[in-house]
Amino acid sequence: MTHFSALSLVKNALSGHKNWTEQWPEVEPKAEYDVIIVGAGGHGLGAAHYLAKEHGITNIAVIDKGWLGGGNTGRNTTIIRSNYLYDESARLYDHAVDLWQDLSQDLNYNVMYSNRGVLMLAHNVHDVQSFKRHVHANRLNGVDNRWLTKEECKDYCPPLSISPDARYPVLGGALQKRAGTARHDAVAWGYARSAAARGVDIIQNCAVTAIRRHPDGSVAGVETAKGFIKAKKVAVSAAGHTSVVMQTADVRLPLESYPLQALVSEPVKPVFPCVVMSNAVHAYISQSDKGELVIGSGTDQYTSYSQRGGLPLIEHTVAAICEIFPMFNRMRMLRKWGGIVDVTPDRSAIISKTPVEGLYVNCGWGTGGFKATPGAAHTFAWTIAKNAPHPINAPFTLERFRTGRLIDEAAAAAVAH
Amino acid sequence: MLLIHCPYCDDTLPELEFAYAGQAHVVRAPLPATQSDAEWEEFLFIRDNARGPHFERWRHIHGCGRFFNAVRDTVSDRFYTTYKAGAPRPDLASLIGEAP
Repeated sequence: MTHFSALSLVKNALSGHKNWTEQWPEVEPKAEYDVIIVGAGGHGLGAAHYLAKEHGITNIAVIDKGWLGGGNTGRNTTIIRSNYLYDESARLYDHAVDLWQDLSQDLNYNVMYSNRGVLMLAHNVHDVQSFKRHVHANRLNGVDNRWLTKEECKDYCPPLSISPDARYPVLGGALQKRAGTARHDAVAWGYARSAAARGVDIIQNCAVTAIRRHPDGSVAGVETAKGFIKAKKVAVSAAGHTSVVMQTADVRLPLESYPLQALVSEPVKPVFPCVVMSNAVHAYISQSDKGELVIGSGTDQYTSYSQRGGLPLIEHTVAAICEIFPMFNRMRMLRKWGGIVDVTPDRSAIISKTPVEGLYVNCGWGTGGFKATPGAAHTFAWTIAKNAPHPINAPFTLERFRTGRLIDEAAAAAVAH
Repeated sequence: MLLIHCPYCDDTLPELEFAYAGQAHVVRAPLPATQSDAEWEEFLFIRDNARGPHFERWRHIHGCGRFFNAVRDTVSDRFYTTYKAGAPRPDLASLIGEAP
């Protein structure tokens, strides 16, 4: 596999770009693996990368029913931030933001991480109070976040309307400058390439239909579209379909799957310098490097596995965007889509062992899994390799729903994640 | 936009009139104090999250305000039926067979 560098770019340019090699091979599954990861999104491929790189486990298969990165990794709005209220969440998401900083170097693959800043708008007194509380809590945890007046918001993001007559007047905002966006596909591709280079098999278009268990209850392997594959450990990282996969191993989870929608506009010249989120009206927006405005909406109110979602939400989101950024009034939207997100009762993730020996699960990321990709993958790999959680993901167990030690970000924020 | 039939108003109306209210037929224990932690976990947090036919509650919040139950396919989002709260769970096999 070619190492990407300025030199290799020049060499290949001179030879007409005809000598680039494939980034990962097409492989058939072996009969047995040390670890099988179900789900080839950023989280699953990342876990394979860290298992191989940091724990020396390379006899791994990452299996996906579709193409890699084709689920929520390719469907999100690529926002990265770590300004969460609770200590546990702040540690987990800030661990991810730390890893994002030099992920491109780690993977030798440009994930286009851009820390252009995430600005969260406050539209009412409650927002102002709760965001200031977040800013203070974040600072105590060493997480970058600061309060901006509405004039400072306007300076940071000129397209913003701070008119007092606006339907959703801006009273100020919380800015995390270290936050930003990354190229979502490149994250999956970079992890896949790096894992494959270390000997990990990536098996696409092969659905895992069931998890099989030994008579003593421990995990035996997975049934797939290409037959049974033995495994010492099985790690499920299947986002919205985690409940479906885990039910085949008789593990019932505290998850509900909802469609979450996003849309993009026609591409235009650079007009939008940062990421803006508005929790009160539930809309978030940034501009991709291709020039499209990337707009995120909310989840539908009902559980569903249809990767579409309803139009009322899109209408609501676009109306809010036009109110806050009047200059986008006549922007034409190009396409919209939905991803299926698995939501936990406390809106915090689960990276955990399960009651089944040898079965691990990374799920419950709800509407905000992309930002956590490196952190989740890193701690999940640790949990699989050592059969014990990393200190950072230790609070994010399945048991918390029995003991009551919830990490209740839903109550803390009642907003988008 | 989903069109949902309210069994009380006997009218099929847009989804905006309704609020989703989670899985149906989750029964609260008659003597909560005797429940174990595992039983509380199951009651409060664990859900079927079915991919396919799903029994669920809806509330006609901008109409009669009453709760009712529905069977909806979570892959196609098609409603098989809606029925009044307290009515027994309809037979799934006959519902799916009969659906147009």
